Amino acid sequence: MADNERIPTVIADEAHIVYKIHQAGSVSSSPLASFKRLTTRAKNANIREVHAVKGVSFVAYKGEAIGLIGTNGSGKSTLLRAVAGLLPVSSGAIYAAGQPSLLGVNAALMNELPGDRNVELGCLAMGMSPAEVQAKRDAIIEFSGINDKGDFSSLPMRTYSSGMSARLRFSIAAAKKHDVLLIDEALATGDAKFRKRSEARVRELRQEAGTVFLVSHSEQSIRDTCERCIWLEAGVIRADGPTGEVMKEYEAFSRR
Amino acid sequence: MTETAVASADAGLSLKELARRNGLSASGRLPSLPEYSRTLWAYRHFIRAHASAKITSSLGNTKLGSVWQVLTPMINAGVYYVIFGLVLGGHRDMPNFIAYLCIGVFVFQFTQSVVQTGANAITGNLGLIRALHFPRASLPLSAALVEIRNFIVALFVLMGIVLITGEPITLQWLLLAPLLLLQSIFNLGMGLFMARFGSKVRDVKQLIPFIMRFWLYGSAVLYPVTKFGDVLSGWQLQVVEANPLLVFIELARHALLEEVVLANSPAVLWTEATVWSLVVGITGYLYFWRGEKGYGRG
Repeated sequence: MADNERIPTVIADEAHIVYKIHQAGSVSSSPLASFKRLTTRAKNANIREVHAVKGVSFVAYKGEAIGLIGTNGSGKSTLLRAVAGLLPVSSGAIYAAGQPSLLGVNAALMNELPGDRNVELGCLAMGMSPAEVQAKRDAIIEFSGINDKGDFSSLPMRTYSSGMSARLRFSIAAAKKHDVLLIDEALATGDAKFRKRSEARVRELRQEAGTVFLVSHSEQSIRDTCERCIWLEAGVIRADGPTGEVMKEYEAFSRR
Repeated sequence: MTETAVASADAGLSLKELARRNGLSASGRLPSLPEYSRTLWAYRHFIRAHASAKITSSLGNTKLGSVWQVLTPMINAGVYYVIFGLVLGGHRDMPNFIAYLCIGVFVFQFTQSVVQTGANAITGNLGLIRALHFPRASLPLSAALVEIRNFIVALFVLMGIVLITGEPITLQWLLLAPLLLLQSIFNLGMGLFMARFGSKVRDVKQLIPFIMRFWLYGSAVLYPVTKFGDVLSGWQLQVVEANPLLVFIELARHALLEEVVLANSPAVLWTEATVWSLVVGITGYLYFWRGEKGYGRG
């Protein structure tokens, strides 16, 4: 490994991820049935374990943009959360350089609060200092474009349309620089105008970041941004290689 | 493509070895205690902002808004005044029973609400935990901070009640400041403990109301503390009187009331309060920190 040295930034080593789901009102919800379950020491039907990722291994290098594809529920988002350290792996390991950041549209904000307060809160939660937050606040609101049609940033977030709040969330998350950037479906949000703006922002972030992972169902945005692709199906890697080849296999699979 | 690349560049290395050689750290690794505390300190602005955001959003759809922060403890005291002052007539042998009662209720409620909101701090914020990176202790701490703020407002209401019932303002009132500090540390520990415990054993949330009611009746809130001495003696009495909430309530009464019979001398009470808050504060923090990486699992 002399001249064209490739520096690994994310390594997954036989990673398994299991998470628990508490669900109410499942199969046996009568008191008698629950009691029977307790006395017979049967498994709790209200807690189900989902084995979302089953033994995934890969090495991601600096400067790569990797697309994660797969049908719905194949474990893509779960894998990203584990790389970000938000979900623990149950066996195996995931190693990463620095602190990978997950840039998603699902970041829960406070719906009762106005947009600008949410911007401040979100930035603080990402570890910015109050001075930084003050400096970036207006730019974030400007980028999200929620004020294009009147002063929406001072209205509670519950009054926003789903597209508007997704845009605001994306804008908050994209305001920070990241070593390893994980993007979950973010490019699919908002109207065409915002999509173009956010794609440009992701390219910028990618130049600053070492490695980018992108989960998307939009074939086009994967082809546009990623040169490498990992195809995940039911928690197992089906293919890992150049985007063109993996895409071809995936398309053949999904047409079946 | 990647398989061959790995093989040629780092021939024969296991993935673990490769990670170690390149200085990658396992994501989901538990940070050391000093490291964790430093990050938590760096997130103090987030904790404060999160706390005040929660206050605003919980009162956001009421008409009176933050007036409720003052109104809630006043109504609370009003209910106890009607029942114990007017209907039941109180303990006639006790000087100023209304003030005695209100102090107990307010001080007890402070810990009670921290325990309740603490148990929800992790389970109620899973969306945030699974989306963003921040030391998880921020959530129970901000929940406790909300209650500390509420209690400070309640303390002013309490002082008003005490004055109305005919107590003079004395220098002893200043003792409320160290008391607030000690009980806050105690509550932070309780909140952190309950946050992890409640996220592991969800069923505990169903039991909290009963545990807290039992604790309320055991803390001499609604009756004179001297009743313990009438029925208990020896080690049993000592165990009952070591109850941390009883200690905090006694100290608050000692600070605000002129004629009050205490279970122990103030010096003993202050020692007990200090020991309790340090033990519970530190234990709660350590217990929560040990679970830091598992909270996202739900």
